[in-house]
Amino acid sequence: MNPLGLYQPGSSPLHRLGVGWKLLALLVLASGTFVLSSPVWLGVVVAAVALGFVVARIPLRRCWAAARGVLVIAAFLFLVQWWLIGLDQATVVGLRVIATLAAATLFTLTTRIDAIVAMLERRLAPLRRFGVRPGDVALLVGLMFQAVTTLTRIAGEVREAQRARGAERSVVAFAVPLLVRTVRHADELGEALAARGMGDR
Amino acid sequence: MIEFDGIGHAYGERVVLHDVDLRLAERRVAFVGANGSGKSTLARMVNGLVRPSSGRVLVDGIDPARHGRKVRERVGFLFTNPDSQIVMPTAGEDVAFSLRGSGLSAQERARRAAAVLAEHNLDGYADHPAHHLSGGQKQLLALCSILVLEPDVLVCDEPTTLLDHRNTKHFVEVLAGLSQQVVLVTHDLDLLDGFDRVVVLDEGRVVADDLPEPALRFYRKLVG
Repeated sequence: MNPLGLYQPGSSPLHRLGVGWKLLALLVLASGTFVLSSPVWLGVVVAAVALGFVVARIPLRRCWAAARGVLVIAAFLFLVQWWLIGLDQATVVGLRVIATLAAATLFTLTTRIDAIVAMLERRLAPLRRFGVRPGDVALLVGLMFQAVTTLTRIAGEVREAQRARGAERSVVAFAVPLLVRTVRHADELGEALAARGMGDR
Repeated sequence: MIEFDGIGHAYGERVVLHDVDLRLAERRVAFVGANGSGKSTLARMVNGLVRPSSGRVLVDGIDPARHGRKVRERVGFLFTNPDSQIVMPTAGEDVAFSLRGSGLSAQERARRAAAVLAEHNLDGYADHPAHHLSGGQKQLLALCSILVLEPDVLVCDEPTTLLDHRNTKHFVEVLAGLSQQVVLVTHDLDLLDGFDRVVVLDEGRVVADDLPEPALRFYRKLVG
């Protein structure tokens, strides 16, 4: 499963909202959670994001998958913070992480990647005169999303192979093939980009 | 016309090609050989992905090692694994990506991409996430992304290795129908019906260069 969540087709207001607005809202919300330090207000933000999932009519199954991913990370950070600085601060950090990760997931669930890429290409066009090539930036973002999918797939396949050999607990049996295959993928990708004339222009 | 003139190549200490001389003018040429025979390295020299350590390659008189860009405009390269060739999120965008820098408008790029996809039975997939296509469709998409540029030469490096039997058959049919000169690197001898010339490589040397039938007879004897 893609950790960022995949696009969930739909026609809710959140799906129809412009990419730029959604991205702006996400940025404001993420920075907002770092300004707020009251657990109550952070709780309100989390509730608002949860409401967003309802408005976007994300199927329960997808909500649950997203929640599981977010909660595992938040729980881990919460425990570490609790141990290091105490319960109050850990609660605040935990809520911040839940709010931002959930909002980011909602963004990817309701936004097509090509819409993000197209938006970037459009918004960056004025920077052309400073030597920025919007096409290259858009390619970079496209490749980044592709990398997430590819790495997830490779990690899944490596884990399967590990299980087949009965080496589930070995870190080496996971890390080495993952690294080797990732580097090989990067090599092949670079070669394919060169063959398609990237870098020639 | 693709010319290899006294080509030698080594990766560090490991010599992978010795003194290869070839003149390829036929429409369908195959490089056949075992793993490590040097066939992929030779194919990569056609569009300048690999520069020979010694000797010279010429594609219609242009040296890819010196004028890589010019050669790559006329030579398309299809790799084994479509997952590393498809760089954009949707099929239509990936084909259109090939046309960036062509000076065409975004609409015209999208229109041409859609036309090429339709030609290869991928119409309706333009907005489809490219990585959700089947293996066979992905390889066809990778091919579309090359063909949209209308190259004169198409180099394919073991393009069917990851495909199942049915998709391989379909892919071979598609390949046979192309107007381009095709250089196919393979160790699947069933792909070579209708080929004009087969070059057999072994340990970096050309050991047979003939019509498919005698060349393959030699190759089968070689691998035992």
